[in-house]
Amino acid sequence: MAKSKETVSRTIIVALVLSVFFSVIVSTAAVMLKPLQVKNQNLNIKTNILSAADMLPQDASPEEIEQVFSEFDIKLVNLKTGEYVEPGFVGVEDPMKYDMYKAASNPQLSTDIPADQDKAGIGRRPDVAKIYILRENGELKKVVLPIHGYGLWSTLYGFVSLKGNANTIEGLGFYQHGETPGLGGEVDNPRWKAQWVGKVVYGQDMTEPKIQLVKGGVGENARNKEHKVDALSGATLTSRGVQNLVNYWLGDRGYAEYLKNLRQGEV
Amino acid sequence: MSGASAKQVLFEPIFSNNPIALQILGICSALAVTSSMSVTIVMCISVIAVTAFSSLAVSLIRSQIPASIRIIVQMTIIASLVIVVDQLLKAYAYEISKQLSVFVGLIITNCIVMGRAEGFAMQNGPGLSFLDGVGNGLGYSVLLLFVGFWRELFGSGSLFGYTILTPVNEGGWYVTNGLLLLPPSAFFIIGLSIWALRTWKPEQVEDLDYKLSAHKTSEAF
Repeated sequence: MAKSKETVSRTIIVALVLSVFFSVIVSTAAVMLKPLQVKNQNLNIKTNILSAADMLPQDASPEEIEQVFSEFDIKLVNLKTGEYVEPGFVGVEDPMKYDMYKAASNPQLSTDIPADQDKAGIGRRPDVAKIYILRENGELKKVVLPIHGYGLWSTLYGFVSLKGNANTIEGLGFYQHGETPGLGGEVDNPRWKAQWVGKVVYGQDMTEPKIQLVKGGVGENARNKEHKVDALSGATLTSRGVQNLVNYWLGDRGYAEYLKNLRQGEV
Repeated sequence: MSGASAKQVLFEPIFSNNPIALQILGICSALAVTSSMSVTIVMCISVIAVTAFSSLAVSLIRSQIPASIRIIVQMTIIASLVIVVDQLLKAYAYEISKQLSVFVGLIITNCIVMGRAEGFAMQNGPGLSFLDGVGNGLGYSVLLLFVGFWRELFGSGSLFGYTILTPVNEGGWYVTNGLLLLPPSAFFIIGLSIWALRTWKPEQVEDLDYKLSAHKTSEAF
């Protein structure tokens, strides 16, 4: 026995049979489970959007989430002009299929951000963003915008939801980050997130976003309180990162142009 | 080894020959996935499944595997099983698979799995090898759950996500221990548990590699 199995041909045959056998198993598993996985991923994104927009029902079933989410319109926005573009512009049929984070690494669909303006620390910005908009009887109710940027250890990915005036924050949440648990990781704390509700993004002139995260907490009588949120304790750099990324994305390299159009009813 | 009974191979790895505490294998994932109990449990189940089925598969074809490629054959089997487990988690336990992220994939490099395939399954029958895989997976799990218990309880004040000690951040009284949420804290807990285990079972204490000789001075200063 020992002799016959050590030959070269035997070795090759065993290796071949084994590879074929296991590649069939692995690819079957991957192909069969793909639809379920895609469904999970989409559901996950929809859940995050609804939770930022404060519309997630308690203990919602997947069907409920789908149903609530279906009230939203998915739009693609050209960040430079602040106008909608057709899905064909970015080479997809269905706007839901467009991945703006993937587009950020495609030179044809993204722009380099000059280092001095790269507040969010993201390097490249996709030209077209995917946003979610909710209208009731033609009137703007909510708009949910994806945001991302660098904190201390990781890029934080999240959504910010604005009310119908495209200026007041309805909610903010991150669905992916690698910040220190217990410190920067507290961006997930519902009590901290609750503070964002009702904050005002722009000042009188409606151009520059003025969100500030304040160390030591926002006092009762602080000036411009409507723009200020408590910083996270023990997480200076994560807090700074959040402040920068929110201001970046709501600023003129982000959604400012689009939000202006939205307020003036042009889109 | 060939004389081992089913009961022995199944239960010995839990305390008497624990893969983490005695053999010091699989430490990487023990640090990474033990900050909450629910994640830990899923990791444990995944490792038990992979160790058991890879040992079974290796044992089934052990007489066919040429010695020159046996390691890569074992690797192929283990890697395929891990990918299947990863795919299953992504499809049926999406939330938890997100938290486990790369660590499911890294089961491939977990020394326990390959150690059992090479050390036990290559010489023993399929039934016994399967039980050996389950046993070692259980040994790994016992220690992981022990670590996870303390880390989640004192790090976040909860167990399986249910609040036990209400943390200050949520308006309670308990100041959470941030260190326990970071991977290095698992070193301390694993160290303490090895100490406890060896106090209970002194035969696990290793002999000293060297002996300090008594200090003698013949002259007065």
